[in-house]
Amino acid sequence: MVAADLSVILPEILLSVFAMAALLAGVYGGKDRWAPMLVWAASAAMLLIAAFIGLRGAPGAVAFGGMFVDDAFSRFAKIVVLVSAAAVLAMSQDYMQRRGILRFEYPILIVLAAVGMMMMVSAGDLMALYMGLELQSLALYVVASLRRDSAKSTEAGLKYFVLGALSSGLLLYGASLVYGYTGTTLFSGIVQVAGQGDISLGLLFGLVFVIAGLAFKVSAVPFHMWTPDVYEGAPTPVTAFFATAPKVAAMALFARVLHDAFGGAVRDWSQVIALLSVLSMFLGAIAAIGQTNIKRLMAYSSIAHMGYALIGLAAGTALGVQALLVYMAIYVTMNVGTFAFILMMERDGQPVTDINALRMYSRREPARALAMLILLFSLAGVPPMLGFFAKLAVWQAGLDAGLVWLVVASAVASAIGAFYYLRIVFYMYFGEEDGDEVETNTSPVLYAFLMGSAAIMVLGIANMFGVDQAAAAAAAVLVN
Amino acid sequence: MDNLLSIVTFTPALAALILALFLRGDDAAAQRNAKWAALFATGVTFFISLFILAEFDPSDTGFQFVEERDWLMGLTYKMGVDGISVLFVMLTTFIMPLVILASWEVMQRVKEYMIAFLLLETLMLGVFMALDLVLFYLFFEAGLIPMFLIIGIWGGKERIYASFKFFLYTFLGSVLMLVAMVAMYVDAGTTDIERLLVHQFGSATFSLMGVQIVGGVQTLMWLAFFASFAVKMPMWPVHTWLPDAHVQAPTAGSVVLASILLKMGGYGFLRFSLPMFPVGSEVMGPLVLWLSAIAIVYTSLVALVQEDMKKLIAYSSVAHMGFVTMGIFVANQQGIDGAIFQMISHGFISGALFLCVGVIYDRMHTRQIDAYGGLVNRMPAYALIFMLFTMANVGLPGTSGFIGEFLTLMAVFQVNTWVAAVATTGVIFSAAYALWLYRRVVLGDLIKESLKTITDMSRRERAIFAPLVVATIFFGVYPAPILDTIGPSVEALVGNYETALAQAKAAIQLASN
Repeated sequence: MVAADLSVILPEILLSVFAMAALLAGVYGGKDRWAPMLVWAASAAMLLIAAFIGLRGAPGAVAFGGMFVDDAFSRFAKIVVLVSAAAVLAMSQDYMQRRGILRFEYPILIVLAAVGMMMMVSAGDLMALYMGLELQSLALYVVASLRRDSAKSTEAGLKYFVLGALSSGLLLYGASLVYGYTGTTLFSGIVQVAGQGDISLGLLFGLVFVIAGLAFKVSAVPFHMWTPDVYEGAPTPVTAFFATAPKVAAMALFARVLHDAFGGAVRDWSQVIALLSVLSMFLGAIAAIGQTNIKRLMAYSSIAHMGYALIGLAAGTALGVQALLVYMAIYVTMNVGTFAFILMMERDGQPVTDINALRMYSRREPARALAMLILLFSLAGVPPMLGFFAKLAVWQAGLDAGLVWLVVASAVASAIGAFYYLRIVFYMYFGEEDGDEVETNTSPVLYAFLMGSAAIMVLGIANMFGVDQAAAAAAAVLVN
Repeated sequence: MDNLLSIVTFTPALAALILALFLRGDDAAAQRNAKWAALFATGVTFFISLFILAEFDPSDTGFQFVEERDWLMGLTYKMGVDGISVLFVMLTTFIMPLVILASWEVMQRVKEYMIAFLLLETLMLGVFMALDLVLFYLFFEAGLIPMFLIIGIWGGKERIYASFKFFLYTFLGSVLMLVAMVAMYVDAGTTDIERLLVHQFGSATFSLMGVQIVGGVQTLMWLAFFASFAVKMPMWPVHTWLPDAHVQAPTAGSVVLASILLKMGGYGFLRFSLPMFPVGSEVMGPLVLWLSAIAIVYTSLVALVQEDMKKLIAYSSVAHMGFVTMGIFVANQQGIDGAIFQMISHGFISGALFLCVGVIYDRMHTRQIDAYGGLVNRMPAYALIFMLFTMANVGLPGTSGFIGEFLTLMAVFQVNTWVAAVATTGVIFSAAYALWLYRRVVLGDLIKESLKTITDMSRRERAIFAPLVVATIFFGVYPAPILDTIGPSVEALVGNYETALAQAKAAIQLASN
């Protein structure tokens, strides 16, 4: 029995073993000397595990009495998480090394965070959920304050920690209520109690607190306050990481809890999610208008994107979950490219984050500017880029579920939000040069990621590389 | 040639890709190569598109040259043309080489400029050929990107404001349309336009937050499409982006905007609003008629007081588009014939007028009417051509401008005499502003010192105008080729519209009994 259970969580075990072996290697082998190599090794390890998960036999196994679920849904989410984490890690090596903040702990913490995320998306029980969430969060708190001598970075780490702890508290309180009113922590048990007619008031309370705790993790309004400060304060590669893999994992976990544990009470949570969604879209769209720091801008952008993705969740259908997964996959790809661009921005070797510095960038670096242009229009949801199809998918799911007002609101929000993406285009293409331009890091890795991401945004419209079908299969498992 | 339409659509994009990948440098030779390559590509596109016209069978009211392939998310890649769209395709391929030729004097970032225009051509052609809702939206909306860049990079002093206004205005209208499109997909289970044309959307009146929605879902969807097409058209009162965009855009950008991009709104009304939401059109039709009448009179009056030539012509465009929307929502054969004819002819005339402004702007670098006067003394050829298009703009019989206005006015007269009466005064106003503009710029004595050395049109400039002159006069005297091409399709459209309306009414009566 144990052997069978262990074989189900083999990918997680392998990755944990890798993390610990790397830790030992780091400790005994001259510390930061190994760091660059460790980054590449960790990146490769995560890619290998992703491939392993993708090629493993048929999904559908359950381990440890239902606490750990290995199905098509968790596999989809894991692959997206691992690939994006590997991509961000590969992008950060050069940046961090040149600024002397590449410690060997960094790749290890990222790998441990990834293990936590894999745990999250596979959770079949409130305890397993919390365990994965905390493993991820603790690793993230540390990497946020990786730059120990910078006040902003330590501030970011501290803020993230305090608010993250608060959200964990909310989540745990909710979980305890759910346990109290259902008598079990297993999702499969909860769904039996919650699926029978109207759910009790206490259980509803518990549900709302669980949602609040998870909304913190996906930074949905009104639980978004930490996002801009943490994004700004953390070193840029870390910001890139925050914007990608953890968002996917948290969103997948969100869908897992709501459908697996509360699938019978869609009516009860759908309106809560819809409210989170509409608030996030509008706050993200409006608050970003005044930003001049591109990292803060991307923070608000990610808040808005979480709002759009939540439409898929609010729909409460298989189509909705499929749309959510498609949205997250596309969102992550766009963000990897965008952050590759942000990592390139520097002056005299120092990172630059002021969008004003991009004036007439297109004249100096036409290829990079064009790639960024494609990514920005994709983020704004303008066709023919893939970002448009992401929005199309969630809108289809929303209308299918009858959430007309939500979809109309999101249409208005997306038109408002288009403004700030255009503003960056304006600086790159229309602005006047003022002699204070940004320089470009010529790292081939960053260049490859920027160009690759932009190319995917354009070429993906042919068939989306089969992601929509994989997402459909994943969603079918979760919602039945 | 099974995929003739795709070949026509993507030839310019292919040329743009080749330019982007293989043309290096920004010296004089590279600039010349970019120009010739673009001209060649648009010329080839026009040539290939002639095959569409040659093999097009006007008596067939269905879609022709249809191509269909599966696409992602259950959508289809489906292209085809019918009598309504084929002439817009031809107009686009016909205007584009002239546009490239008119851009010969561009000095700044020529390669990017040509790429932007070539991509724009692909996207515009796609709009007129797409037979899938999402494919249509994709082309429709993607066209904003090159146009945004064209205005923003190569525009005038206030280009930033104009480009943002252009983009955000049209984007907001379009996303609402997209919501309606997705709703149609959910309702009908398909995005295939051919099948949606025969799908009946709900038209039962219901109440939404205490407001009675007459025509039900159809009216709401109609309004969402209206939000997009009315902005694109543009109709009063959402026309304010157009004068800004026109004034700031480079000459070629203005020509594309006036000749082709504005027609997407009218085409959209004909392809979607009228046939798919007949009840919605019936309910909202009177509103459109009055908005159009107001647009015709109001914008003509505004045009009278303009001091900037381009702005004046831009307002006159809005007025002329008023005739188009009027003709469409009268929903009879004459009205729609007239509307399509007016759109095609306006494509020639307003394009030519913007080119006329471009000719003297290239020489004097100002568009202020005050800065000119007495040009006839030094530029006789220019004066002649400008006069022809001024007269065509006024709607003088014998030019193509007359036919469209006359048909639409006649159609409106049968339905609503008051609207027709108001709109007809617009014709008088248009004569007033157009002739007065001509007098101030071209006639009189040449007294301005700066104009003493101005030169007449070059051979290249004459070559640009020649096809437009021929088209304007030919179709003004002999409109049959256009009317015969669109006639059967329009007849079918009107027939279906009336049948659908009757069915919906019968259904409602049945329900109420």
